[in-house]
Amino acid sequence: MPGAGLDHSSTQSLGIGAAIIDAGKAGLLALGLAVPILALRTETNLENQLILRERWDYVAIAVAVAFFGRLVYLMIPARRAAPKARSLTFNGSGIARAVAIIGLALLIVYPFLMLLLVGKAASLKWIDNFGIQILIYVMLGWGLNIVVGLAGLLDLGYVAFYAVGAYSYALLAANEPIKQFMADMIGPSFWPLWAFWICLPVAGILSAFWGIILGFPVLRLRGDYLAIVTLAFGEIIRMVLINWIDVTNGYAGISGIPRPSFFGIPFNASDSGFSAIFGLEFTPLYRTIFLFYLILGLALLTNWATLRLRRLPVGRAWEALREDEIACRSLGINTTNTKLTAFAIGAGFGGFAGAFFAARQNFISPESFTFMESAIILAIVVLGGMGSQIGVAIAAVAMIGGTEILRELDWLKHVFGASFDPVQYRMLIFGLAMVLVMIWRPRGLISTRYPSIYLKERKSVSGDLVKEGHG
Amino acid sequence: MATQREREPLLEVEHLMMQFGGLVAINDLSFSARRGDITAIIGPNGAGKTTVFNCITGFYKPSSGRILLSSEGSATPSDIDVLTRSGRRSMAAAAGRIYLLERMPDFEIASQAKVARTFQNIRLFTGMTVLENLIVAQHNTLMRASGWTVLGMFGAGSYYRAEARAVDLARYWLDRIGLLDRADVAAGDLPYGDQRRLEIARAMCTEPVLLCLDEPAAGLNPRESATLNALLKSIQSEHKTSILLIEHDMSVVMEISDHVVVLEYGTKISDGPPSYVRNDPKVVAAYLGVEDDEVALAGVGIAP
Ligand SMILES: Nc1ncnc2c1ncn2[C@@H]1O[C@H](COP(=O)(O)OP(=O)(O)OP(=O)(O)O)[C@@H](O)[C@H]1O
Ligand SMILES: [Mg+2]
Repeated sequence: MPGAGLDHSSTQSLGIGAAIIDAGKAGLLALGLAVPILALRTETNLENQLILRERWDYVAIAVAVAFFGRLVYLMIPARRAAPKARSLTFNGSGIARAVAIIGLALLIVYPFLMLLLVGKAASLKWIDNFGIQILIYVMLGWGLNIVVGLAGLLDLGYVAFYAVGAYSYALLAANEPIKQFMADMIGPSFWPLWAFWICLPVAGILSAFWGIILGFPVLRLRGDYLAIVTLAFGEIIRMVLINWIDVTNGYAGISGIPRPSFFGIPFNASDSGFSAIFGLEFTPLYRTIFLFYLILGLALLTNWATLRLRRLPVGRAWEALREDEIACRSLGINTTNTKLTAFAIGAGFGGFAGAFFAARQNFISPESFTFMESAIILAIVVLGGMGSQIGVAIAAVAMIGGTEILRELDWLKHVFGASFDPVQYRMLIFGLAMVLVMIWRPRGLISTRYPSIYLKERKSVSGDLVKEGHG
Repeated sequence: MATQREREPLLEVEHLMMQFGGLVAINDLSFSARRGDITAIIGPNGAGKTTVFNCITGFYKPSSGRILLSSEGSATPSDIDVLTRSGRRSMAAAAGRIYLLERMPDFEIASQAKVARTFQNIRLFTGMTVLENLIVAQHNTLMRASGWTVLGMFGAGSYYRAEARAVDLARYWLDRIGLLDRADVAAGDLPYGDQRRLEIARAMCTEPVLLCLDEPAAGLNPRESATLNALLKSIQSEHKTSILLIEHDMSVVMEISDHVVVLEYGTKISDGPPSYVRNDPKVVAAYLGVEDDEVALAGVGIAP
């Protein structure tokens, strides 16, 4: 949106001439930006020499898009009634509830819907890349929502807990001595089958423990300082994973991580496998479908716990902490413990998601736990509307689903040439989408807050009154 | 009006000093607030009144001095001595628990010593409803009832009963401040005067022995101010809560307080019943900034 920074008050009663001048300014701005970014590109030619390719056509397109985009933006009559448009979406709790129920019903039938629609072979991709991937981020978003959305503590290192969960699971489940010990004690088949179900809670607890470890040093910090220290914490964890090669195997990562069983029944082609026992033909699809329901269950558990916690004293204390920490202390609330529980519980859910991720991938490496992940999860929470469960779910679907959709846009290659890879434009599109959402709904998609208790009538609280916290 | 037992000191501030770098905000201040009284602290802007509150409620750690709270009966000097030497924060004396507030963190002063406060610039949870504000104030009671969240997670009936009792207490205070029909409105949506009263109700929901009010009448119109007087008077007569009050509005101070402490530049310049303080030449001089020989003339000025 090159024109977004220009004067907003001019949109009220703008003549066509003024609109063209305004759009001209946007075009100039776009020109200024596009020349250094787009106009020149270095390439290696066949003789392996670097050559400079000029791309003035790209510049022209960018300028034209900015000019006409701004012009259209200024000419749309709806723009003039912009302040009213804010109350447009999801204002009644009825609509939010309906969205939740329909969404849940869709999710429950989703794998079978996909099987019906696209057949066995193609549905694997839709269930795994779309369904499971999105649900992991929904769960991570909901976990971080406890820390950022409810308690108002800006955490830029949430991926650390995801990593702790994943590595805890990987190191425990793929651990030879443990496996050997269990084989001696119970039997050789026990550990590979049950490792996931035993290590999942352990991974969550370890993550929660690390949440508290991080919580202590940052208790006194607020706002920007809190954000920076949590960011550093995320990087420290990643650095440890990279450099502590004896334990984590460094960049090479850990492979051969046991996969979840169907409560003790493995998903394999053997006679005691899932397919054989249930009299089905063997296909890897069953495991994927099971993983889908597993992460759906974990995500719903996160949601259930969050909704429940909100109506308990801890949850109310988190929100009160976000509103006014000093007032909390004047009412006898131990803000230290309150912050630590938020960090611990948020981290715990991140750990569950991490353990699931490790089990699903079968392989993990530090690559999966970069700052980018933290940023995406935080973006999901902020875009969704801090504190709103449905908002976070919608934002996760849009952001992660959007990324995956880009991978599907192969036909664009016919338009832009074979070297065009839409996924490369992912961040650009994210950025644009985010700017647009923040202009349209500065407090996130769903900014209204629903009270946790009421006397007569459950009225929503306007997002403008709800504070953002941050320490 | 008050019985002998009620007249014992509840809060004793002794030789309190508070320095910010080179600035001495409170200089060797001693006063006491008696049980059942409304004690007013007055003084010109910047005199250090809010700083005294912040020391009492633990938001500032005093540079030196002792702040003793005897929640039930007044402690003997030897009890106080034992507690001071022991290095502990509180002790069960014969007459009830005594607390050394300067040793306690802010939230424990509220939760254990039961001192509640309001703020000069209102600090409500604006994005939460009026009712939620009053429920958050009962956090510690509800936390215990929810088995520190564990029982509450599993939907224990005892928690819901405790919550219902908390709602009843909230309802009682909402009725008292006349906001019962606005219980489900966001606190930030209330008009200013209602917000002031809600902040008092929220503090009262912690069931305090001492309620510290920092300029509760600031910004109120005369009618609201009269309602506030009635509210404070009724808190005094119907609840076991004593009140410490900072106020600029002399009509409020003179009408409802039993005892007035006057500060100027962090030093106490007068201390006594309103009728005495009102005519104290030093007070008149501090308020009007006049020479001592003009004091007699000005004395009329601050009388209500
Ligand atoms: N945190 C602080 N750091 C430095 N100086 C402070 C701090 N708090 C208060 N002061 C100073 O202490 C003095 C007393 O301030 P205080 O707020 O207690 O006055 P007050 O009597 O409440 O005034 P008012 O009637 O305006 O509310 C002032 O000079 C103030 O600047
Ligand atoms: Mg003050």
